[in-house]
Amino acid sequence: MLLIHCPYCEETLPEAEFAYAGEAHIARPADPMALSDEEWRDFLFIRSNPRGTHFERWRHLHGCGRFFNAVRDTVTDKFQMTYKAGLPRPDLSAMKEAAE
Amino acid sequence: MTHFSAMSLLKNALTGHKNWREQWPDSQPKAEYDVVIVGAGGHGLGAAYYLARQHGITRVAVIDKGWLGGGNTGRNTTIVRSNYLYDESARLYDHALDLWDDLSQELNYNVMYSKRGVMMLAHNVHDVQSFQRHIHSNRLNGVDNRWLTPEQAKAFCPPLDISARRRYPVMGAALQMRAGTARHDAVAWGYARGAAARGVDIVQNCAVTAIRRGPDGAVIGVETSRGFIKARKVAVSAAGNTSVVLQSAGLRMPLESYPLQALVSEPVKPIFPCVVMSNSVHAYISQSDKGELVIGSGTDQYVSYSQRGGLPLIEHTVAAICEVFPIFRRMRMLRKWGGIVDVTPDRSPILGKLPVPGLYVNCGWGTGGFKATPGAGHLLAWTVAKDEPHPINAPFTLERFTTGRLIDEAAAAAVAH
Repeated sequence: MLLIHCPYCEETLPEAEFAYAGEAHIARPADPMALSDEEWRDFLFIRSNPRGTHFERWRHLHGCGRFFNAVRDTVTDKFQMTYKAGLPRPDLSAMKEAAE
Repeated sequence: MTHFSAMSLLKNALTGHKNWREQWPDSQPKAEYDVVIVGAGGHGLGAAYYLARQHGITRVAVIDKGWLGGGNTGRNTTIVRSNYLYDESARLYDHALDLWDDLSQELNYNVMYSKRGVMMLAHNVHDVQSFQRHIHSNRLNGVDNRWLTPEQAKAFCPPLDISARRRYPVMGAALQMRAGTARHDAVAWGYARGAAARGVDIVQNCAVTAIRRGPDGAVIGVETSRGFIKARKVAVSAAGNTSVVLQSAGLRMPLESYPLQALVSEPVKPIFPCVVMSNSVHAYISQSDKGELVIGSGTDQYVSYSQRGGLPLIEHTVAAICEVFPIFRRMRMLRKWGGIVDVTPDRSPILGKLPVPGLYVNCGWGTGGFKATPGAGHLLAWTVAKDEPHPINAPFTLERFTTGRLIDEAAAAAVAH
């Protein structure tokens, strides 16, 4: 059972309250008409699927209902942090240095 | 290679079973091969077997970071079926089913393929319509599948509760009689033995860390934890780790890796005669020859390489099993585990050439790779040997995600994947 921190509710709650919503920071194209087939493929289908740190979206479905972003290790399933939707991708190496 | 027969069994029984030889050697990697296959699961070993047997290519290595058959080959629920909706899929999975038919004789190895029938339960009007559409489509494609009323379903599988007051009422079922189960380990072992006997090296505990490309872009070999291995052709059949392996060749894939969980109960006497799949509530059940109930669930919702998965999903699956089969409510479960499945956006596999010369892939089988093991191995071997896809796997390209020519079994399955 994952324990997930909702950055809006400021509470750490069981996985059953949340819905996973795919990889984060995949921006919708600003000018869809200008995209080539390859660019559409990259946007729609290609995913980074890393073995390690993964930036992903979650939704607090049975709570506030809001989407937020999370950083999780896909090997240990351990969450490193969660942050509000719309914030830029956090710089993990800078955070690690600051912690040390 | 010792030929297995009643005579060899009798001979060895008389000498106290002390003279059985090892079935294949634990090979050390050589400096160069014609073909390197990444991943020693059923698919990869099958490809090596057919390369040697049908195409005469024996300078082949199958390399795995763990032990042979220790990934999804040893972690699935052993269901074999071919009742897929689209023409391309029907051909692909029925091709595999044709190979399953005489696989034990072909390999001289008992893979315990048991055509006990796979029954898919319809719990609501949508399921009924969707399954009947599948049955019609299957009949047009020559694939065995038929409709059962709830009473016929109950007669075929007596433990089923078809009373209308249940939470998941049974409104009918689709039955594929040609389908069933097989012994998953035996498939990997049989192919490994057959391939090794023809000169293929099976290298275990040797992780492929990168695929190397030459100045012209073509593949020149693989970097492994035991050094560089030269090869002009590399076939990646690495299931959940495909994205990671191919990234080293500069390719980004339309794949995501999810845990798929299964569990087994304590062993009991024969009680369950067939395989029952309840797709809309994600509960799959059969009984192994050892007597354990083998239960499969759906994938976890998040990307993960943990080979474990979360407990909420198991709870959901077991709750569904208890609803559909109240007879099993007091069964105790022994073990649970997870395998990492690589899922494509359209839930159909990618099997063919990649944009890199000399590089081939067999991936994206998602939650249903075991049933395709002989077919995937056979078609991957064909594609590698001839450097072009077999007509059966020709539609299953990587390019379909650019052209939009998807084979959308995801929508066809009518299941919340």
